[in-house]
Amino acid sequence: MSMILEVEKPLLELENKIKELKEVNLTGRVDLSSEIRLLERKAEQLKKSIYENLSAWDRVLIARHSVRPGTLDYIQALFTDFLELHGDRLYADDPAIVGGLARFEGRSCVVVGHQKGKGTKDNLARNFGMPNPEGFRKAGRLMSLAHRFRLPIFTFIDTPGAYPGIEAEERGQYEAIASNIALMTELGSPIVTLVIGEGGSGGALGIAVGDRVLILENSVYSVISPEGCATILWRDASKAEQAASWLGLTSDKLLRLGLVDEVLSEPLGGAHRETENVFATVRGALRRHLGELLLSTPAELVTSRYAKYRRMGVVLEQALTP
Amino acid sequence: MAGLFDKFRVNRPKVDQSRSDETQRAELPSDLWIKCSDCGNAMYRKVFLDNSKVCDKCGFHHKLTAHERLELLADPGSFEEWDKGLFSGNPLGIEGEYLEKLVSDRKKTGLEDAVLSGKIELTGIPVGIAIMDFHFRGGSMGSVVGEKITRMLERSGDLRFPALVVTSSGGARMQEGMLSLMQMVRTSAAVRRLNDLSVPYFCLLTDPTTAGVAASFAALGDVIVAEPRAIIGFSGARVIEQTIRQKLPPGFQTSEFYQKHGFIDMVVPRSELRATMARLIGMFAQPVLESPA
Repeated sequence: MSMILEVEKPLLELENKIKELKEVNLTGRVDLSSEIRLLERKAEQLKKSIYENLSAWDRVLIARHSVRPGTLDYIQALFTDFLELHGDRLYADDPAIVGGLARFEGRSCVVVGHQKGKGTKDNLARNFGMPNPEGFRKAGRLMSLAHRFRLPIFTFIDTPGAYPGIEAEERGQYEAIASNIALMTELGSPIVTLVIGEGGSGGALGIAVGDRVLILENSVYSVISPEGCATILWRDASKAEQAASWLGLTSDKLLRLGLVDEVLSEPLGGAHRETENVFATVRGALRRHLGELLLSTPAELVTSRYAKYRRMGVVLEQALTP
Repeated sequence: MAGLFDKFRVNRPKVDQSRSDETQRAELPSDLWIKCSDCGNAMYRKVFLDNSKVCDKCGFHHKLTAHERLELLADPGSFEEWDKGLFSGNPLGIEGEYLEKLVSDRKKTGLEDAVLSGKIELTGIPVGIAIMDFHFRGGSMGSVVGEKITRMLERSGDLRFPALVVTSSGGARMQEGMLSLMQMVRTSAAVRRLNDLSVPYFCLLTDPTTAGVAASFAALGDVIVAEPRAIIGFSGARVIEQTIRQKLPPGFQTSEFYQKHGFIDMVVPRSELRATMARLIGMFAQPVLESPA
């Protein structure tokens, strides 16, 4: 197993111990099977107690982990005939957002998602999954294509945020995000969005306006990064851990506030373990939600999407007193 | 305060007694003087206010309150407030100063939250308007701001009033977490509804207009106007500097920068704003205000 969190350390040690004992046991010189069973039971309990008490910050670390499945992993596992399409027809192709045509359960669709890199070199090429305006514009182009041909749209969310750079600003980062958000509220295609890792603020939302917004249990979705929040509130980025619990960015809190429609459970320890199980869970959820959405006409989808977002807000008729 | 913005004196000649004013300065109570936050020029408060808070030396446009903005733009007495009595909640259960700051900002600004909305007339043309106020929690957009802007846009659509949003905001309100991010969707969806109804929608970007506000309704105007030298952009300058480890070029992320790069139609000084907005909105008034056959 690969360790992500400090709290996993004792579990990792125990699992190594079990492995050693099993090797000794295989030699047949001593019978250790009852000890192994005991330790395995203990490991199972430890696993539960660790992963059922993850802090918001633990989940941020899991969501960001480099071995967590990314958009291309999901495309490969759940879609067939993927044809990656490139470029925004205006300026460039952005490798931080991938997209194209594919089949889901035999049905043609458009799939779009943020893509982080695997390893340093790939990460540099993909700008750590932080899109430039051309990434959002490419996504917008592909989603418009889907609309015209009534293809369903799947989007996968996994970004630290939109790239903060000089050229990104020159080319209108804010405009690119705004246009996509507005566009997605008007598309007649069913849109299913899944937050697979990090949902970093506007850079995530730029491709995340869906009829259904799903989130994996250990994914996070936040208005600002915990580091950014800590810097603004306490002028100290190292208080990110505190900010993470403050921001309400975990899947359970998002569900409670009605900001996501369903939380998809992960294997204990995260989606990078037992990935086949994760893919099966995601496939089932995508199939179910798409099936429901396909019962609506394009006009009905637009109307109900408007109503869905129209409800999002907490507004009181009286001022709160401190 | 009435008549504060009746006359504009951006290029007004220096008053004769300015020298004697200078000599008296030490004895004057400090609230009689205002320092330009850009060039440091010291101005008489009255001159500064008569000049609608534009520095008479360097032309820097200081932030207006929502009420001052209203007075600058609206025909006198034409404002009718919409959606009063909406207050922010505390959906994340934030402890500490946040709730106290809401109370003190309410007192300070006379507003219930960071936006004032309603109907004005602009040279007789009815206009749905929402004015953000940076003095209330940095103009940050939480549920109430999103709700009031969305309602204003919806109502303007129903009434076939052209709609105008005056932005001044650092972005989303962190204290409401993801609820505030979702305000970007509701407001943008409401803009698209206006588009579908062929009701014109205008943005007036003032200092500052950044992050979640820039990246939603502020970017979606049929015509986008900005005040000179307003800070506009998605990412904060400090964040960009830390990311790329370079100094930013002068004039980066200003109105003029974004006009040059093709994202803003007009940069209009405050002294000409009312007349320009009236001309602009007037262009759309006739065909739109007639009810569709």
